[in-house]
Amino acid sequence: MNTPALKDWPLWEVFVRSKQGLEHKHCGSLHAADAAQALHMARDVYTRRQEGVSIWVVPSVAITASNPDDKGELFDPAADKIYRHPTFYEIPEEVGHM
Amino acid sequence: MYTQAMDIPDDSGKKLAAVSNATSEQEAAFEARIDADGRIEPQDWMPEAYRKTLVRQISQHAHSEIVGMLPEGNWISRAPSLKRKAILIAKVQDEGGHGLYLYSAAETLGTSRDQMLEGLHSGKAKYSSIFNYPTLNWADVGVIGWLVDGAAIMNQVPLCRCSYGPYARAMVRVCKEESFHQRQGYEALLVMMKGTDEQRAMVQDAVNRYWWKCLAMFGPPDADSPHSAQGMRWGIKRISNDDLRQKFIDATVPQAKVLGVTLPDPDLKWNEARGHYDYGQIDWAEFWNTVEGNGPCNKERLATRVKAHNDGQWVRDAAQAYARKQKERALKEAA
Repeated sequence: MNTPALKDWPLWEVFVRSKQGLEHKHCGSLHAADAAQALHMARDVYTRRQEGVSIWVVPSVAITASNPDDKGELFDPAADKIYRHPTFYEIPEEVGHM
Repeated sequence: MYTQAMDIPDDSGKKLAAVSNATSEQEAAFEARIDADGRIEPQDWMPEAYRKTLVRQISQHAHSEIVGMLPEGNWISRAPSLKRKAILIAKVQDEGGHGLYLYSAAETLGTSRDQMLEGLHSGKAKYSSIFNYPTLNWADVGVIGWLVDGAAIMNQVPLCRCSYGPYARAMVRVCKEESFHQRQGYEALLVMMKGTDEQRAMVQDAVNRYWWKCLAMFGPPDADSPHSAQGMRWGIKRISNDDLRQKFIDATVPQAKVLGVTLPDPDLKWNEARGHYDYGQIDWAEFWNTVEGNGPCNKERLATRVKAHNDGQWVRDAAQAYARKQKERALKEAA
């Protein structure tokens, strides 16, 4: 009970492709000594009910994330560019689906 | 999967100190998001008390999953058939998985796996008190699935809408798997009820022993839950202890009838005016006594858990030594 548990096992992020043709999607994280062990554990922890056909594991430290404080700066400029959406344009009814 | 009494303070759990380390702007943004029923993510600013409450609740929840493997694990080697054994192994493995989802969610709040395990192993951190009762006969395994997991589902479904994103996402995954747990238990009991008088008596005995403990799983009455209001305000808790308990009772009474067992409460009867079942007094003194560590199995559960952890130390060390060696070899080859 006094020995270090998983202190030195790095954290991995797990991505699972649920079926062929779909993208890998983030589903959680886990601790593992190395990549091969991370894959094994991801299989047991995240795909016990055929949730996946393929797994990626990525060291969590390798992920660079955007800062929540920059959210406005990064994403707000897209808010007033409604002309980037097809619904901005009015097309005569008789043209049909476009 | 199991959770109870989210507002049980750990021994270490001091009063939530509302130490403000924030600008009023950050605080206002947080409150506004909560008011709009938005979600908080790990990198977002949050009040320290919100973070602490979540760390305590999620880690207690994770510990409950892990310790919850023990009472049922007792029966894996004694399951009455290969089919029941396979089902039980799958269920116990699920509980381990649920613990891992939850530990990961708690780690996003800045605590470490080591710290959480230390809390559990030293007895500082709490887990669901239901696991401090023994599983005396095979029917207990069925009753745990039906009632204990049933109570846990009541608790966990609203947590899928928790304001903290990683916790809510872990709960979605857990709830998807949980329904199997309850159904397998109920079905195992149905089979026993079609058996001999002795088997039926075993089911009734298990129900008698577990019923009141399951009602206590929802935590103290609302009037005695000082942290509940804050948890509701923050969108961590969505439905009060008493409301969840009532929901569970209303759902369970008809199931007991189909099964053919009696729920051991002479005061249990339908109240037309309330549109709910009335029920008798829960023994809160016994509940608190068990939470404080004096239940019939507290010491045994903790000792088993600590021993398993210590016995696994060489495996963790070996995995790490192997990983280090592989890395060194790769470096040498590259050089």
